[in-house]
Amino acid sequence: MAYPVEYRYTKEHEWIAVDGNRARIGITDHAQSELGDIVFVELPSVGSSISAGSILATVESVKAVGDVSAPFDGTVIEVNEALESAPETINGSPHEDGWIVVIEFGDPEAINALLDAATYERFLDEG
Amino acid sequence: MRYLHHQTADRRDMLASIGRSSIDELFSDIPKAVTDAFRPLGLPARSEQEIVAEVTSLAASNAATEKSCFVGGGIYDHYIPSLVNHMLLRTEFYTAYTPYQPEISQGTLTAMFEFQTLVCELTGMDVANASLYDGATAVAEAALMAERIRPKGKVAVARSLFANVRRVLDTYCWASEIEVVELPYLPSGQCDLSNTPPDASAVILQSPNAFGVIEDLSGVKERVGDALLIVAAHPISLGILAPPGEFDVDIVVGEGQSLGLPMSYGGPLLGLFAAKREYLRQMPGRVSGQTIDADGHGGFTMAAQTREQHIRRERATSNICTNSALCALAATVYLATVGGNGFRRLAELNTEKAHYLADRITSIDGYALAFSGSFFNEFVVRVPGDACALHQKLLDEGIQTEPPEPLRTHGLENALRIAVTEKRTQSELDRFVEVLETSGGAR
Amino acid sequence: MRTIFDCPQHDGSDGLFPTLDVPREGVDRLIDQALLRSNPPRIPNVCEPTVARHYTALSKLNYGIDDGLYPLGSCTMKYNPKVNEDLARLPGLAGVHPLSDAALAQGTLRFLHELTELLCGIAGLPGVTLQPVAGAHGELTGLFLFKRYFEDRGDLKRRRILLPDSAHGTNPASAAVAGFSVTEITSNDEGMLDLDALDAELDETVAGIMLTVPNTLGIFEKGILEITERVHAVGGLCYFDGANLNSFLGRARAGDMGADVFHFNLHKTLSTPHGGGGPGSGPIAVSEPLVDFLPVPRIEQRDDGFGLDWEQPRSIGSVHSFYGNVLVAVRAYAYILQLGDEGLREVSGDAVLNANYLQERLKETYSLSHDGLCKHEFVLSGRGLAEGISTLDIAKRLIDYGIHPPTIYFPLIVREAMMIEPTETEGKESLDRFIEVMERIAKEARENPELLHQAPQQASIRRLDQTRAARDPILRYQFPEGM
Repeated sequence: MAYPVEYRYTKEHEWIAVDGNRARIGITDHAQSELGDIVFVELPSVGSSISAGSILATVESVKAVGDVSAPFDGTVIEVNEALESAPETINGSPHEDGWIVVIEFGDPEAINALLDAATYERFLDEG
Repeated sequence: MRYLHHQTADRRDMLASIGRSSIDELFSDIPKAVTDAFRPLGLPARSEQEIVAEVTSLAASNAATEKSCFVGGGIYDHYIPSLVNHMLLRTEFYTAYTPYQPEISQGTLTAMFEFQTLVCELTGMDVANASLYDGATAVAEAALMAERIRPKGKVAVARSLFANVRRVLDTYCWASEIEVVELPYLPSGQCDLSNTPPDASAVILQSPNAFGVIEDLSGVKERVGDALLIVAAHPISLGILAPPGEFDVDIVVGEGQSLGLPMSYGGPLLGLFAAKREYLRQMPGRVSGQTIDADGHGGFTMAAQTREQHIRRERATSNICTNSALCALAATVYLATVGGNGFRRLAELNTEKAHYLADRITSIDGYALAFSGSFFNEFVVRVPGDACALHQKLLDEGIQTEPPEPLRTHGLENALRIAVTEKRTQSELDRFVEVLETSGGAR
Repeated sequence: MRTIFDCPQHDGSDGLFPTLDVPREGVDRLIDQALLRSNPPRIPNVCEPTVARHYTALSKLNYGIDDGLYPLGSCTMKYNPKVNEDLARLPGLAGVHPLSDAALAQGTLRFLHELTELLCGIAGLPGVTLQPVAGAHGELTGLFLFKRYFEDRGDLKRRRILLPDSAHGTNPASAAVAGFSVTEITSNDEGMLDLDALDAELDETVAGIMLTVPNTLGIFEKGILEITERVHAVGGLCYFDGANLNSFLGRARAGDMGADVFHFNLHKTLSTPHGGGGPGSGPIAVSEPLVDFLPVPRIEQRDDGFGLDWEQPRSIGSVHSFYGNVLVAVRAYAYILQLGDEGLREVSGDAVLNANYLQERLKETYSLSHDGLCKHEFVLSGRGLAEGISTLDIAKRLIDYGIHPPTIYFPLIVREAMMIEPTETEGKESLDRFIEVMERIAKEARENPELLHQAPQQASIRRLDQTRAARDPILRYQFPEGM
């Protein structure tokens, strides 16, 4: 699966789709493939404030747990409730329908620290 | 040593094939300072025949088994059907490992599923795990689980919990820095909820409690605010008592020893743990879940493993790994052998015999029930004179009651706690009364 | 798969308990009616011969130690002596109530006391409690002792526990339950603890370190004395996870390596049965500074016999309803008495010989995590065996050859790990068969991988759908409507 060039990425295998001061976040195709069949997603509450590096959501497969970390400080404004009944959506469509949260963030500089698609793919090749 | 296969020639050949000259050389990676410091135990090897003689002699010097047992406190002298032990002695059950390879563990996993179902049936709850160590750690785990769900740093617990269960709860709560607030008891023996703190993560009751008194759970959930309501229940009593699940209780725990396990001087025991479905992800312990195989045939496998230590590590819902699996199997076979109708009859026998004894004892001058609440098969009587002396007198007559000292932690002086099971015959019960009548406390 | 709830029911009498001998009052007159249940629990009423057949059939779906090799790394699945089963069932031992007066339980108290002394001797440490009933329970108890020790000294900054990245999951889990945070220390290329990484973490916020000795790669830390010395130097304590005691039984003692707490797994090293997941027993041995904090009651010897000592004001309290898993302890006691010093030493000798023999013979075919002398277990990797073949596939194919798979996907620091521990109760014939089967499977992996992907095909059931079980789990029998 190709990694959308308009997204940003982290070394923890999250993708971030930025739109103004909002960021839609999910896990990458690589992450979902490593986890295997996803059986449960624990979502944060809408309205909760989060700090960079803290755990935003957890994604569970049969044998593993993946933490989705907040790439920057912000507030959770939307969560993908469809994942509660269909967590496997992340496996089938990790970059689109499998989005996990949308956060509103304050500091526009925070995006600069994120990887672009090419850098992320290189990082995957090295690992 | 007779459990070792190798002949001298085997060892020599194997050492040669790995390029080593002696077994001792295989330990050259242990620092010399350590191997030099080693001291043996000074123990010779012994034959099986000698070991059997020695341990049999130890067993024979336990005079408790010669007495009629009226001791309770969570552990009871029940009749164990022979079939239970015979099934437990099948080596495929008792030597097997934890069922991480489900295709060769369907025996264990099916029995676990049956056990979980039976615990849910007894307690009236949605989900149960495949056992914890014992009833006391089950209470502690429930408190920790409540704290994870409602972090408040405080639990309220009835003073009428068994003292040994309370001690374990206090130890676990101290380590987790959870304050334990005690709720007193009423003259009925039931818990006094009038001053329940509004800021507790859990309220913990036991029913029947340490006085044998049955708690009335109706309306309790409404009185505990948003705390989780935890009840420690007694499995045999659930043959006739309304199950906690009918009262919106959040977690039910218990000691399952009465379900087919010998008293064992206190171990191994069987921790029961059941909860509402919504708390499944916070529940400690292993669970067996239903599924199908590659050909569509039904089977069982470990489920919700991401809660457990082997995956979640420091974020696991508990550190538990080994549990009380074979004891859970014993309980399952026990209930299957006793059957639903037999289980009801068993609970009735216990109730009738205990009340018969209580009636006859309290007809003697100076003896009275300490509490007015309904009881199942255990009760506390106030005795005239010195309870310790009476306890000893009974012992001399072949009747074993619990030493009276522990009741003092519950604020009861000169009282005896007495348990009666289906194993106590009318003649044993009448003999008990006779001894009391002739002990100086009689009319 | 049929459960007891699917078996045909009968309405005969239980015939187990006599009819009521005292005059019947009626339960609804003896107990307040509001407290009684109106719907009985749905416990099936199955005739005894059918119950016997059902559980017998279930047992045949399992694999036990008497069925064959069980090479589970770190589990020490050795032969469970049958005599121990007889001893644990002696009515004089099994039928004693734990709240009995001590005078009525002298036999049990005596052997419990002797066992604590034997375990002190094996560990090389002065105090033992038998209360913990599993390894993880022993870990928790040991960490409770750490906490109490520092509390007692007013040293309240000690919130961190260090452990290697190869640690068993119960170690960090226990640390968390005991209220500590966990810091992982990396292992070096030799599979041992990186001493520089350790030094970087050692300060006065460290309560201690948890080590498995030898470690979960089966390798003995050659710097063990340096490690414990450095931790002690900053005022920390050392916890040794004794799951791997089988590798140095009768030859070395944890106390001589600097351990402050050492836990035993009686259901591993000391031959007590695993029971399908328990009951176990995880006694801990402790160093002098921790003795006063041990749980109550302690078993003591007095002039007039043996008893329970509750007078320990500095104790942490209790971690078990009573005194630990007494009937598990008696099995270990009998085992130690049978073996004696010489037998204990022979156990570790053959355990380590067997592991090194297998390692040497399998390292050509499978990739070895770390070459060199191993102790009682070693780690292979399924990586690189053949395209598209995982350790899981290899494990499932072993089942078709009638062998229980080894521990897989642990330790986490080796990808596609297979941890193999034969134990000392395997003979050369069994070991050679294992080698032969592993070589066959390697060949199949290259020439006919479908055999592995479709495995197992010879077990009672094919590979089970784990995803289905994990998604919205069904954890209890679904009774038909109207029951």
